[in-house]
Amino acid sequence: MELLDNLALGFSTAFMIQNVLYCFVGVLLGTAVGVLPGIGPTATVAMLLPITFSFEPVTALIMLAGIYYGAQYGGSTTAILINLPGESSAAVTALDGHEMARQGRAGAALAAAAIGSFIAGTVATVVLAVAAPPLARVALKFGPAEYFSLVLLGLIVSITLARGSTLKALAMIALGVLFGTVGQDIYTGTPRFVFGQRELYGGIDFVSVAVGMFGVAEILRNLENEQTRTAVISKVKNLWPTREDRRRMIAPILRGTGLGAALGVLPGGGHVLASFASYAVEKRVSKRPQEFGRGAIEGVAGPESANNAAAQTSFIPLLTLGLPAHPVMALMVGAFIVHGITPGPNVITDEPALFWGLIASMWIGNVLLVLLNLPLIGVWVRMLRIPYQVLFPMIILFAAIGTYSLEFNAYDVYAIAFFGILGYILIKCGCEPAPLLLGFVLGPLLEENLRRALIISRGDASVFLTRPISAVLLALAVAALVVAVLPAIRRRREVVFTEDE
Amino acid sequence: MRTTSRYRAARMIAAIGVISLVAACAGNGGAAGGGNTGEGGAGGGGAGGGDAGGYPDQNITFIVPFSAGGPTDTVTRMIAEPMAAKLGGKIVVRNVEGAGGTVGAGEVARAKPDGYTVLMHHIGMSTAPALYKDLGYKPLEDFEMVGLVTEVPMTVVARKDFAPATLQELVTYVKANAGKVTLANAGIGAASHLCGLLFQTAAGVKLQEVPYEGTGPALTDLVGGQVDFMCDQTTNTSGQISANEVKAYAVTTPERVKSLPDLPTTTEAGLPQLQVSVWHGLYVPKGTPQGDIQKLSEALKVALADPGVIDRMAKLGTAPVPAGDATPQALRTKLEEQLGTWAKVIADAGVKAS
Repeated sequence: MELLDNLALGFSTAFMIQNVLYCFVGVLLGTAVGVLPGIGPTATVAMLLPITFSFEPVTALIMLAGIYYGAQYGGSTTAILINLPGESSAAVTALDGHEMARQGRAGAALAAAAIGSFIAGTVATVVLAVAAPPLARVALKFGPAEYFSLVLLGLIVSITLARGSTLKALAMIALGVLFGTVGQDIYTGTPRFVFGQRELYGGIDFVSVAVGMFGVAEILRNLENEQTRTAVISKVKNLWPTREDRRRMIAPILRGTGLGAALGVLPGGGHVLASFASYAVEKRVSKRPQEFGRGAIEGVAGPESANNAAAQTSFIPLLTLGLPAHPVMALMVGAFIVHGITPGPNVITDEPALFWGLIASMWIGNVLLVLLNLPLIGVWVRMLRIPYQVLFPMIILFAAIGTYSLEFNAYDVYAIAFFGILGYILIKCGCEPAPLLLGFVLGPLLEENLRRALIISRGDASVFLTRPISAVLLALAVAALVVAVLPAIRRRREVVFTEDE
Repeated sequence: MRTTSRYRAARMIAAIGVISLVAACAGNGGAAGGGNTGEGGAGGGGAGGGDAGGYPDQNITFIVPFSAGGPTDTVTRMIAEPMAAKLGGKIVVRNVEGAGGTVGAGEVARAKPDGYTVLMHHIGMSTAPALYKDLGYKPLEDFEMVGLVTEVPMTVVARKDFAPATLQELVTYVKANAGKVTLANAGIGAASHLCGLLFQTAAGVKLQEVPYEGTGPALTDLVGGQVDFMCDQTTNTSGQISANEVKAYAVTTPERVKSLPDLPTTTEAGLPQLQVSVWHGLYVPKGTPQGDIQKLSEALKVALADPGVIDRMAKLGTAPVPAGDATPQALRTKLEEQLGTWAKVIADAGVKAS
């Protein structure tokens, strides 16, 4: 009953006209910056923060939160249409989403992303309302040792991201991890792989890698010869998911939502893993794993749901403990403080209208996102009919502007050229960019947590096994490795067998 | 026939879609200025309405050498609004991150000294020469000072079930358990790292430091009980302190903080050597016309007297510096004094960033 009272308070706050209005402004802006690779939600929230100083606190937070989850939503659009992922989660969506677009099923992919995100957002809102404080306490049990084991599990599970050779996937993960080490080491301050370039001290930007390896490399591949170039995008078949598509979407959406909601709670990087993990799970449980990477709708619906659920539940540590899980949330802590509210465990009791209003607004925001995005699908899909010789320079221009807008640094633009060429060479060698990107994102997390855990334990590596959560995660990682390697061995045996015959 | 015209229509729509996308992205790129345009316009009556002297007749760029949303960024955006109003121009805030703020500072040192590139830097300006062997600029020689902005106090906090109850007990405890205690910080050169160094010097002990990629994650692990204690700005810790999620020992400034009235100062708590604040200053490249520096300094004074700014800073647990300190001379004195202090502390600790 108390929950209903709280939700009633939340919705009465969130439905106030100015709150609905700014929620809409937030998700609209979020979608816009999500669509553009480069300028992300962090920069947008930072720029808009001073404007919100004059708002009611709850209105300000509703708008800022809307920008964050709206951007998670918008990122899938460019990933699907032109293979330009702006965030790590969108890179997963690009795998099958862009394949679907090439087969003329961009509309179905976009709709799957939108519907999945909406369902995930709704469920995650309920999770937030029902279980936020206890979940946050559980999340605090995750220390460096647990995060190390979790990330290791994530890396191993994600070998399935590749559709080809396991060995090449492992090599790509390792290469990604190496790219992730570029820059100044936070433990000693020692610059690594910077070759005397001060611009590299801060590391390589994710957007440069993703846009280069996916977008630019794809363009180079498409431009190889006249034949493939004209046939890049086949005729748009249908705008909406077919009945078969809808049937295939349901289970991935539900699994993705559960997985994303659980991982999102972890402030030390759980939300980064959500979409990768969901993709791996879907490919594992699917009866048609061979379709993954070739336009499987499950590979879009699952990760998109996971991503959106995680985006929502990652507010749990912020709202219940005042601990930010993401730079956008660090900005929101600033917004809390400027409005005279101390973020922390007391917010729920001291400011119930704000806490419940913000949660309710997330559901309203999700409704607004669907209303905003579904009608746009038709417009987006028509964009693909632009002749390729007109479209590809636009994509490059778009990518360059987006990347430049990150830090107004020409270096980032050179980086997309570098990674574009590297991506093209790797594709030619039969190596896929997705595992590399995953290694790039997770590598630094893996290293930092490994070293931090060992520093805290004074070099005693047994912490990874003596801490129960960590031990369980490591056991799962070993199991996942066995499962991943076994079929490869079996297949080799079969191949040998057939040759013998 | 019908299909062709439909195709053409679709192409038109598509083209419009793409153009609007590109326009939207251009709009976003400009939004960096856009957000601040609003600020400048709010009081200054729009662009072009500059002072009689001509400066500023174009956008002024404030470079923040740290990430958007950090404490330094927040303070910069706070004062940019009233400063723009006073100057009668627009101020665009740009974040140039990396290498403990030295990338952004280096960019300003090399910028054209025309008054349109301004650096907001914190205590890191005084520690970089000791930390980085190949800095590429000299704080006192390559910059002109505009003025001090604010001094943010720091707090010494521990996980809530950590044994020591007072600052003195903490000193005794860490000395007795130097091999077991962990001290978190936000990486080399971060304010939390410097404060931690100073604590170790003051207490006469060498502890195991645990670096994080920012104070947010460090504080998360402190609340979760993964590490023992750390130093951090009031901006980050006051919420957790009020909610008893962390144990607070002292504040590192000569006076208590309004938002935490029960927390003693380090002097009161018996460790007067532990004095540190995250002081912020505005700089321009060497050779900037004195008239422009004068105008910037005047605008800074006006901004720091703005009731809105005072109010917002108070909520962050800090306050503007007195008007007399928002001057080039006061900043030079502060920088000279701090360069000396930190050169010694950092050399004694044997820390090097590169």
